[in-house]
Amino acid sequence: MDARIFQIGFQAILLAAGVLLRDFSLLPLQMGLALASAAATQSFWLRVFRLRGVGYLSPLITGFGLSLLLRADSLWLHPLVACLAISGKFLLRVNGKHVFNPANFGVGVALLALPGAWVSPGQWGNDLGIAVWLIGLGALVAQRARRNDASWLFLAIFLGLFAARLFQLSHSFERAWEIFCHQALNGALLLFAFFMISDPMTLPDRPVARRLHVGLVAVAAFAWQFLFYRPNGALWALLCLAPLVPIWDSIWPGKRHNWHGNRSLQNNVAAQGKIPG
Amino acid sequence: MKKLLVAGALAAVVGSAQAFCGFYVGKADANLFNEASQVIVVRDGDKTVVSMLNDYKGDAKEFALVVPVPTVLQKGQINVGDKKTFDRLDAYSAPRLAEYYDPNPCDRRLYEMRSKDAAVAPMAAPVGSAAAKALGVTIEASYTVGEYDIVILSATQSDGLETWLKQSGYRIPANSAKALAPYIRQNMKFFVAKVNLAEQAKSGFTMLRPLQFAYESEKFMLPIRLGMANANGPQDLIAYMLTKNGRVETSNYRTVKLPANMDLPVFLKQGDEFRNFYKAMFGEQAKKEGYRAVFTEYFWDMGWCDPCAADPLSPEELRKAGVFWVGAPNNEVQPLPLPGQPQTRIMPPRPFPGGGAQPVMLTRLHVRYTPETFPEDLMFQETKDRQNFQTRYVLRHPAKVEPNACPEAKPYLESVIKRQENEAQQLATLTGGDINAIRKKLTLPPVPPQKPWWDGLWGNGAAK
Repeated sequence: MDARIFQIGFQAILLAAGVLLRDFSLLPLQMGLALASAAATQSFWLRVFRLRGVGYLSPLITGFGLSLLLRADSLWLHPLVACLAISGKFLLRVNGKHVFNPANFGVGVALLALPGAWVSPGQWGNDLGIAVWLIGLGALVAQRARRNDASWLFLAIFLGLFAARLFQLSHSFERAWEIFCHQALNGALLLFAFFMISDPMTLPDRPVARRLHVGLVAVAAFAWQFLFYRPNGALWALLCLAPLVPIWDSIWPGKRHNWHGNRSLQNNVAAQGKIPG
Repeated sequence: MKKLLVAGALAAVVGSAQAFCGFYVGKADANLFNEASQVIVVRDGDKTVVSMLNDYKGDAKEFALVVPVPTVLQKGQINVGDKKTFDRLDAYSAPRLAEYYDPNPCDRRLYEMRSKDAAVAPMAAPVGSAAAKALGVTIEASYTVGEYDIVILSATQSDGLETWLKQSGYRIPANSAKALAPYIRQNMKFFVAKVNLAEQAKSGFTMLRPLQFAYESEKFMLPIRLGMANANGPQDLIAYMLTKNGRVETSNYRTVKLPANMDLPVFLKQGDEFRNFYKAMFGEQAKKEGYRAVFTEYFWDMGWCDPCAADPLSPEELRKAGVFWVGAPNNEVQPLPLPGQPQTRIMPPRPFPGGGAQPVMLTRLHVRYTPETFPEDLMFQETKDRQNFQTRYVLRHPAKVEPNACPEAKPYLESVIKRQENEAQQLATLTGGDINAIRKKLTLPPVPPQKPWWDGLWGNGAAK
């Protein structure tokens, strides 16, 4: 079965938990519009590129991802961003592989250029239960997508650097441990690690290159957040470093990930310079 | 001997590779911990102005304030402010009641609305300690500003400041050195202030006025951790965040809006009932969130309000609060044409010269924190959210009408009783209060005792 079906299920559960238990300032209509717009945009581009057998799992994931991450004070923002995110997936391609994770791209554009859009990195709180759930559910998804190494590697490097920073600031051990746990249980961080950076379509194909890239993202995210004191380090790091992935792929070509198990479709589309997401 | 205690929740922000953090020292009696510290943070880009208010009530010569700052502050970067600024911001953004009067069901009329504010307790000011060179501590500068003697220190060793403070006769709580170490590691300077009694006598102020700092730093944070060194139960902090673009929230803790805009029993209008309600409600909500959340009490563009709990701040008042982008006082600013009539919707023109090109957004955050639930200093971000929010509670006065006055009267009166019961339950849920005590306060006809479901089933009236 397609691993993305699990991912969609878990995203839906997380979203429901967030809205019900965590007072997300998300309107159901914003979510509905995000999903509808993502699907419509996908349909449009599938027609333009005459692609068949690709389906609508990817826009669902993007729609849920945007609903989980993005907050807006208007109704039009979510559908617009979903449209941009999916269009970006079809149009911003190098060697048939899309450059940006669609939800990541959408959030970046919204924060940079659109009014009334924001991301609440603290929205999940740090309660242990939620963190454990996120890990449990996310790990499963990542495992099935066979890119779970990206999730763990990112967390290990990011949190490792953070621990070193705490040590360097000569916090007492108890304090350092409390602060470390506070960061490590941040729901937004875990969500990023398990649902965004593990996206196999936007990571380098070769394992070595993948690890290098994830390492760079983790270092950049850490620096952004703890040396420059800005929020949402992980999102910005992934977005800004994404253009490096085609370079890694040209230096270290590898086996392209394929959600569909449909090798001939994949190769066929790749030959045309287009790969469906 | 002077006693150094860390009092209340402290305040302040930022540093370039260094942070600006603070704590109050002084003779902190127990009731100080029960009060809320207040802080105003004005920020645009990296430019930051912080004002701190402490309600220290002890002997002025016993009190001192220690605040880590990002750089050696020039004299012009330090100011002694006016407590009135805090009072004005507090009154303007305080949780409020709105009253409505039901139209007479027999005589449809326009309803009127009134508003009334109720504030949360404010705080007072700081003091300082200085002199004596000691181990690794350098006195970078010293000033007298207003009634304060101020020194700016740099410390090279992680315990340098502790040593210096001890040698200066301050009794430092056991774990405050540990709490200071991370800030020293970030190369921060330390701002130490005490009251100059002669200057204070000259100035005629008996209360300690708030200290203000202006500086640039990439860090948008409040150093609540230092004040926890000898914390004694949960502490409260009210932060007024003044920005240009949108609502401010914490980026490393959850920011939650307080339950608001609901109908509550009309007795809240009497005496201190509303204040007590709000205190109880806030306590209950903070407990419900496990003291892990920061609450938004108010967010609004300061150009208008609806209803206004108090007149909006004038440009002069905003500048006093540190809002540096509002026109300078000599720019001939039009004072707000606001008669103090809180009777109806007030939408004054923007109080800024130049057509309101430079808005001021006020976010009022209220946090009750404990050392366990807030292990890190508060980090903030300014969002692009511009949806207004206020903690407003609605009282609906029923119309006075006889049941037989008209055909609509009876169903109306029945609906009022139902509504009042709902309001009582709402109040009990919000405050964790006793529903029966609330019912008693409602001078309503008691809810008729419920008959058992089987009563009358056999046509013989009440059971024997």
